[in-house]
Amino acid sequence: MSEAALLTAKELDVRLAGRVVLKDVSLALAAGHLVALVGPNGAGKTTLLRALAGLIPSQGEIEIGGHALTSLPLRERAKRFGYLPQGHMVHWPLPARDIVALGRYPHGATDPARLSPKDAEAVLRAMQAVDVIEFSDRRVTELSGGERSRVALARALAVEAPVILADEPTASLDPRHQIDVMRNLRTTADKGVLVIVVTHDLGLAARFADHVLVLREGGLVSQGPPAEALSEQVMADVFRISAYRAEYQREAVIVPWADI
Amino acid sequence: MSVEAVIVTNEDAARRRIGATAALAAVVALLALISLGIGPVRLSPLSVAEALFGGGNEVSQVIVREIRLPRTLLALAIGAILGLSGASLQGLLRNPLASPELFGAPQSAAFGAVLVIALGLADVRSYALPVAAIIAAFGSVFGLLSIAGRNAGLLILILSGLAISSFAGAATALVMNLATNPFLVLEIAFWLLGSLEDRSFQHVILALPFIIAGAVMLFSQRHAFRALSLGEETAQSLGVDVGRLRLFVISGVALGVGGAVAVTGTIGFIGLVAPHLMRPLIGHDPGRLLIPSALAGSALLLAADIAVRIIPSTSDIKVGVLTSIIGVPFFLYLIMRERRALGGGVA
Repeated sequence: MSEAALLTAKELDVRLAGRVVLKDVSLALAAGHLVALVGPNGAGKTTLLRALAGLIPSQGEIEIGGHALTSLPLRERAKRFGYLPQGHMVHWPLPARDIVALGRYPHGATDPARLSPKDAEAVLRAMQAVDVIEFSDRRVTELSGGERSRVALARALAVEAPVILADEPTASLDPRHQIDVMRNLRTTADKGVLVIVVTHDLGLAARFADHVLVLREGGLVSQGPPAEALSEQVMADVFRISAYRAEYQREAVIVPWADI
Repeated sequence: MSVEAVIVTNEDAARRRIGATAALAAVVALLALISLGIGPVRLSPLSVAEALFGGGNEVSQVIVREIRLPRTLLALAIGAILGLSGASLQGLLRNPLASPELFGAPQSAAFGAVLVIALGLADVRSYALPVAAIIAAFGSVFGLLSIAGRNAGLLILILSGLAISSFAGAATALVMNLATNPFLVLEIAFWLLGSLEDRSFQHVILALPFIIAGAVMLFSQRHAFRALSLGEETAQSLGVDVGRLRLFVISGVALGVGGAVAVTGTIGFIGLVAPHLMRPLIGHDPGRLLIPSALAGSALLLAADIAVRIIPSTSDIKVGVLTSIIGVPFFLYLIMRERRALGGGVA
């Protein structure tokens, strides 16, 4: 990537419970890109996402917008990352709007009942972006899986952070909703946000991402535009599969096919 | 939909909650007046109010302000801190079956207090008593949360709570077992049942500072509980210092429950029941449940303390016994309702 990097990591190492989970990961990612983070199970994808957001301790340097991550207080970090964890659990049956409004928490809007007009606008924008206005008063526990995942995405968008980190946002969704989620993230990136998505779906990664990061056993083994990063060699080495490659409606198609 | 619509819909809900909370406060005030009027000399709520503010005759003034007021104040404050502790623990653990007594906090506090009494380190009116109770309560809640770990399911929490309260009970029994003075044992046994009888302003002064400190600590975390609805990781990503939050909740519960147990013995199940009564009225937002749960706790304990004075019986029923007799079936009902989550092993 040629543009000035928004988020950089230098020689990132993460140990969890004495085990090396990430080693020597360096990357530089620019605003306005949709980055897919792929790799086999246990490669350290979620760990990398957490480390980038400062949710777990790491060694090495992480910089966001020119600031060292460790120099930023918790609240300031929170304003810079919209974090969408895997499973996006909600523990109480709260109305969808209140969930989305929690995205304004880092900005000081800690009470969804007392939103400033500015925060209410951000909540509204986020809800419009993923089309969840119609069930804003419904409890999230009463929503379907697809609707719930959209509410969770709206919550992450409402932070209006320069970086969105989404951990398998398409998992357990039907194909239509998977595409919807990726489209929403693509639109978000096109507005100038750096979006990093963990996914197992190489097809979605190839189709929607500008840049792909391939992790294996805690190390970054390949990165670049989808066609390069997901070359036949990488597919064979990292995933031990071959893939069918084509172009459909002017978009790249990769369909994982057979073991080799 | 417009920005105004987002804000206005919220205002409607807020008005409803404020109405419910105000009604609840009125109920608490009424129960407090009734509580002040009950005893060998029965006084109507009206003459109680009169006496309270310096009117009426001198006898009823003495009865209300000097004899009965401490008991009512303690019921009010202890009920409130128990309700608040229950709501806070449920908020922290995102779990409707969390409460101080299920985690062994009052039982441990009682052990701390009993130990101090048995060792002759303090009589029942010294500050050593609440301090020992608070330390023991802190130890139990801290221990429980350490054992259970960060994203503990219902089953682990309940089992660890069972282990800790059993241990505290056994330790208390051991102290009584080894005590050589039979009068002391009898005194401890009575006190363990949990009662508000014959409490004076000395008791109020002993407990109230700790209860207030605990309440302030818990209430200060109300917004963090709300963010925690999305899980610890997301709350952290929103800027919540989860480690600090846990320490605040453990300390707040220990201060409140320890202070309460030191003057009344163990009074259980208010903390479990109060938030559940409030959810249908207030909603599930754990931050907004705190004050209503405290009010509901006050109302429950005042009502229970009125009941033990009205129910005809050959000897006095202790209020702690009554709250448990009512609370345990409610706990069973909750288990039945949460059966699916419990059956799955994790919540």
